[in-house]
Amino acid sequence: MARYDRAITVFSPDGHLFQVEYALEAVRKGNAAVGVRGTDTIVLGVEKKATPKLQDSRTMKKIASLDSHIALACAGLKADARVLINRARIECQSHRLTLEDPVTVEYITRYIAGLQQKYTQSGGVRPFGLSTLIVGFDPYTGAPSLYQTDPSGTFSAWKANATGRNSNSMREFLEKNYKETSGQETVKLAIRALLEVVESGGKNIEIAVMTKEQGLRQFEESEIDAIVAEIESEKAAAEAAKKAPSKET
Amino acid sequence: MECVFGLVGDGFAVIVADTSAVHSILVHKSNEDKIMILDSHKLLGVSGEAGDRAQFTEYIQKNVHLYQFRNGIALTTAAAANFTRGELATALRKNPYFVNILLAGYDKDIGPSLYYIDYIATLHKIDKGAFGYGSYFALSLMDRHYHSGMSLAEAIDLVDKIIAEIRSRLVVAPPNFLIKIVDKDGAKEFAWRESISQA
Repeated sequence: MARYDRAITVFSPDGHLFQVEYALEAVRKGNAAVGVRGTDTIVLGVEKKATPKLQDSRTMKKIASLDSHIALACAGLKADARVLINRARIECQSHRLTLEDPVTVEYITRYIAGLQQKYTQSGGVRPFGLSTLIVGFDPYTGAPSLYQTDPSGTFSAWKANATGRNSNSMREFLEKNYKETSGQETVKLAIRALLEVVESGGKNIEIAVMTKEQGLRQFEESEIDAIVAEIESEKAAAEAAKKAPSKET
Repeated sequence: MECVFGLVGDGFAVIVADTSAVHSILVHKSNEDKIMILDSHKLLGVSGEAGDRAQFTEYIQKNVHLYQFRNGIALTTAAAANFTRGELATALRKNPYFVNILLAGYDKDIGPSLYYIDYIATLHKIDKGAFGYGSYFALSLMDRHYHSGMSLAEAIDLVDKIIAEIRSRLVVAPPNFLIKIVDKDGAKEFAWRESISQA
């Protein structure tokens, strides 16, 4: 086994690319990230691990704007993310320059995934250690989209997805509770999914919402706290409702 | 025969450009927009070789936008002007762009500003400037009537005087002009001055 994870250009006898799989491990260790697609709103949420007291948390933005209509959140190696995000931003402007058109979400996802794939098939380099969640509105149809890429370079579209730490629990929650939502309901669904695995509170969650008219908007800590409080009270009300009928019988 | 001129007023800067697209003796169109909105608070008025005009200004615009996405904050007008001049200077002794530029912008703590950038990469920060044959008339009128801190009404009045002078004294005067302004609320189109309407 040990001989087949040296250089990524080597397949193992049972058809694995170990470096790619190890990169996926790095993703699994990264902070939790969730994306939910609504009819008119797309929400990205990221777990904020405890900020050291002396660190200026404003410089650690986890949700990046790629263009005025496209945003990205990721889980995994943040330094690798910086490189990918930079390349994607250049590609967004380059596309606008040569084609006089903004990119579609699918185009830029394909570009980022293509970049990630290149690094699984080159000598002397390692794959990017991150999975991305890319959201945006199609510049012509206005349709909302959510895509995910991973270190192997595959990508697909999702109605809602999670990546990073405990992504399986979040995905399970989303599969059970997903329904077509819009506006604030979409934000609540994303936060509820994150709260499954993250300590509650605005300090530990970063939320950004993309709408067609206003582009990307990052939520203030106080706004997130307010929604979390709403969710908790809804949960409490549901618990009480469950208990009440059994008392009557 | 292209004319581009501009001036700085009280809390705003204005750029005026003719709107003729000319090839030899033929006028392709008389409603060509030569004042590009570079970003929310910058205007780029350009005259010169038609292909270079589009190519160079679009290139500058996309790079200004890229800076904004990378850094989460817009370039200052001075920085944009210096970047533009740098690009012209780099290309100058290889494959020069033949474009003359007036760059106007509004910065929150600085106010309005105007930069003169000519095709051989000269850069000047100015209060009033002009390019083309029209500049002979524009600069003279501005020397006579301009004072710092003009109101928008006064500035537009001066602009109209200049357009009238160009129309009456320049042998192949462009028929239509476009006026754009930039102030604290952003860069926007202000008015057209047409003597030949585009039906």
